[in-house]
Amino acid sequence: MTSLPTTIQDVFNEPGCARNASKSNVERKNGCTKQLKPGGVAGGCAFDGAKVALQPFTDVAHLVHGPIACEGNSWDNRGSASSGSDLWRRSFTTDMSETDIVFGGEKRLYRAVKEITEKYDPQAIFVYQTCVPAMIGDDIDAVCKAASAKFGKPVIPINAPGFVGSKNLGNKLAGEALLEHVIGTAEPDYTTAYDINIIGEYNLSGELWQVKPLLDELGIRILSCISGDGKYREVAYSHRAKAAMMVCSKAMINVARKMRQRYGIAFFEGSFYGIEDSSDSLRQIARMLIERGAPAELMERTQALIAREETKAWAAIERFKPRFAAKRVVLITGGVKSWSMVAALQEAGLEIVGTSVKKSTKKDKERIKELMGQHAHMIEDMSPREIYKMLKDAKADIMLSGGKSQFVALKAATPWLDINQERCHAYMGYVGIVKLMEEIEKALYNPIWDQLRQAAPWDEFDRNRQARTVAQMYVQAADPVRDASKNGVNTISLSNESEASGGESAIAAHGPNLARPAKPCTNSTARCVACKDIRSDLQPPALQAAE
Amino acid sequence: MAIVTTSKKACSVNPLKMSQPIGGSFAFLGLRGAMPLLHGPQGCTSFGLTLFVRHFNEAVPMQTTAMSEVATVLGGHENLEQAILNIYNRVQPEIIGINSTGVTETNGDDVEAFIRLIRQKHPKLEKLPLVYVSTPDFKDAFQDGWGKTVARMIEVLVAPVDTARPRDISRVNVLPGCHLTPGDLDELRTIFEDFGLKPSFLPDVAGSLDGHIPDEFTPTTIGGIGVDEIATMGQVAWTIAIGAQMRRAAEAMQVRTGTPFRLFERLCGLIPNDEFIAFLSQISGRSVPWKYRRQRGQLADAMLDAHFHIGGRKLAIGAEPDLLFDLSSLLHEMGAQVSAAVTTTNSPVLQRVRTEDVLIGDLEDLEELARSRDCDLLMSHSHGRQAASRLNVPFFRVGFPMFDRVGAAHLTIAGYRGTRDLIFDIANLIITDREANHGPTPDTWRSTCGGPQAHPPQLH
Repeated sequence: MTSLPTTIQDVFNEPGCARNASKSNVERKNGCTKQLKPGGVAGGCAFDGAKVALQPFTDVAHLVHGPIACEGNSWDNRGSASSGSDLWRRSFTTDMSETDIVFGGEKRLYRAVKEITEKYDPQAIFVYQTCVPAMIGDDIDAVCKAASAKFGKPVIPINAPGFVGSKNLGNKLAGEALLEHVIGTAEPDYTTAYDINIIGEYNLSGELWQVKPLLDELGIRILSCISGDGKYREVAYSHRAKAAMMVCSKAMINVARKMRQRYGIAFFEGSFYGIEDSSDSLRQIARMLIERGAPAELMERTQALIAREETKAWAAIERFKPRFAAKRVVLITGGVKSWSMVAALQEAGLEIVGTSVKKSTKKDKERIKELMGQHAHMIEDMSPREIYKMLKDAKADIMLSGGKSQFVALKAATPWLDINQERCHAYMGYVGIVKLMEEIEKALYNPIWDQLRQAAPWDEFDRNRQARTVAQMYVQAADPVRDASKNGVNTISLSNESEASGGESAIAAHGPNLARPAKPCTNSTARCVACKDIRSDLQPPALQAAE
Repeated sequence: MAIVTTSKKACSVNPLKMSQPIGGSFAFLGLRGAMPLLHGPQGCTSFGLTLFVRHFNEAVPMQTTAMSEVATVLGGHENLEQAILNIYNRVQPEIIGINSTGVTETNGDDVEAFIRLIRQKHPKLEKLPLVYVSTPDFKDAFQDGWGKTVARMIEVLVAPVDTARPRDISRVNVLPGCHLTPGDLDELRTIFEDFGLKPSFLPDVAGSLDGHIPDEFTPTTIGGIGVDEIATMGQVAWTIAIGAQMRRAAEAMQVRTGTPFRLFERLCGLIPNDEFIAFLSQISGRSVPWKYRRQRGQLADAMLDAHFHIGGRKLAIGAEPDLLFDLSSLLHEMGAQVSAAVTTTNSPVLQRVRTEDVLIGDLEDLEELARSRDCDLLMSHSHGRQAASRLNVPFFRVGFPMFDRVGAAHLTIAGYRGTRDLIFDIANLIITDREANHGPTPDTWRSTCGGPQAHPPQLH
């Protein structure tokens, strides 16, 4: 058994990763993600990454050894779908107390495994290490070994405490645990020439099932999916696959590469996002299986299926063209995962006006220029404030991004669509890309946007009133209250607030500078430039009016 | 009197509890221009952040000192210093609120000392309030973290009282428990204002997390109570604390400033609101506005209309102590039977829950109790959804987190009006369930010869 630091160094030294291969030795030692900046943005920790990568295994009990924070704050938050067991959705944690910290948590962990075995009898138990027990020296490897022997079922230690690094590192450490303890420990009932593994696919929103029917039709069997809708036994015998497809960028490249090394399973990196990528991936799978002994006619059938599906998909996209004409998209995502998704968006008539290149390599950037022309706006690292301004200034009609920047777009009254893992729609394969178009269309043409972009009517009154007040101040004849009633309007922000019960006391409490137009007093700092001055000018008479 | 027991299991299954530090961060989120900072590994913040974002559907500011394994060995001084400086330089907050986590507590980081050193070294931070609260993950729960943090805010941020000056009788300090939503706070604000009282809510999550759209992008909280206003709270005539968890904070205020307090353990239900409104009438010297006399009548009518449906129901409820006490009492007062009650942490109110026993445990316990005691209504935060679907009983979501519904911030249970709407919602849920699942059939009441009695439909 190797120590955790050794495993981490091993994971950082990933020859299968093009980006890693181009680094110097020193750079490589530092790992694949930037060192974290205290007070910078908080991404997930290594434990988070490990859990994300493995939790989609459906018939496994996932037991988190640590204080309540690690599991209690985070469980039931992933949208993977299962075709069978719902055990993976239950949450198990040792919820370590102060006493456990003082006396060590190993006994509690062992008892926890026992309780789970007795109550739920799962196929296997994955035990996740976290920071606090790692600090106090709880040896989860030893506990798992003992429990495994005692209860006669696999109890697998997943050694990725949060503080060793990023979420991405956690993904890889989870992969290492599978390689060390699971893969190759069982044999399938039978094998075929059409057996493949899919690695790094989590079946979010059930998207794997958008593609599986096509594989079924071709007679290709997913021997094991790591880990979407996965089952413990399937991973255990996944070493008998003929070929593998690695999805989701580099998250589990170590699994794919080491399985090639150990078991001679060739793999390719592919994606089912977008039409061309889907077709390429299907062709690749067929080609690799044929190389490993599947009949050559598989390719003909694959080509025929691709031709049929592509025709259908392009025809379905056709109808969006008039709706998407001259609509501008900005893509903010951790490196564009699928170029063919971009291609499909463009084919449907959308103009990509900007894309983030934070995680892209130089080659990626050239590719962007090629795809989107020289004028494509490449966003290195845009602060939320800048994104907000860009959207407010109507530089784009819709933003596609991950959940993190969701509210930046929505609060700028700009259509937005989630294309990262938290999304609730499935966008894979030929049906998925059409679904994506549908969602974009729905978002773009929702009638709320026109309403939300309109300013409240009293904003205009306020501006007029402000001008008038200033003018009147000069002639020293200001009587704002009478003035308001003369106009028959009492919708300036002041009197509007006064209508809401007790607004006057709220204003007095917070002073005149905190203007909150059209809002009940909520201590908001939102400042309305238009009525800030007027408020200080008008406060005393307006208060009289309100009372 | 309920017997309070703690689960003896080694493995918590489907936790009801959330950790103390994020309860602390939640309290800081109710301050204007605030940046909550968890002193610990980045995952602690990331999980908490995700939880808040999913509940409120809002951008939520929250930072981490990003403790790595190496930093943990060396101690967290440098990370804390860097975090504070980075936040100060990048977002210019009005306050940074720091909570410790399991890692830094196990480590024994002396954060108060770190802060003194950091202030010495960086005079530019002189004016920036830094409030630190010790909140280890391995002790207590979410509402404890909130309560401790508010108490600490008072100790650090409320200015000493000028005894020569009279107390301001037009103002009132309000210390709400974390079980109150922005909707609850806004409801209470209106009530106070209708009595001519100016409330200072500490914390005020309605100002920051009610969903209003700010004109400018703000990297800190977009509203909430300002540090300047907190400073003046000592001069106020009365403090009103809501929920037993706020006793510590109310006492801290009393000790520091001599401000007397009145604790309202509940603000949901007819009698608790009668007491509350009567108290406001007393301290304000105003008679109860017509509006509230009407609202009281509406609540009474809601109780009349809904008791047919709620009466006799067997309730299983899982919630933090104050919310559990409030809701189970209300439903008890509506004729329901509190058959299973599970909570997260100890509290003096637990013994007074109107049931046989209260268990400090998890949602697995609640599910098992609900099954064995034949409960037909389940209440908990969203994590109870799996249990409810397995039990096939109507499920009422309440509390934090509520990540699978929209509008969680505005679910209002406080005041006559909040109680009225809550009663209607629960009754309607029961009616829907009855119509969907418990309609009679020709064989419903047929007894088969010698066979077991057919199960009658539940027609309440």
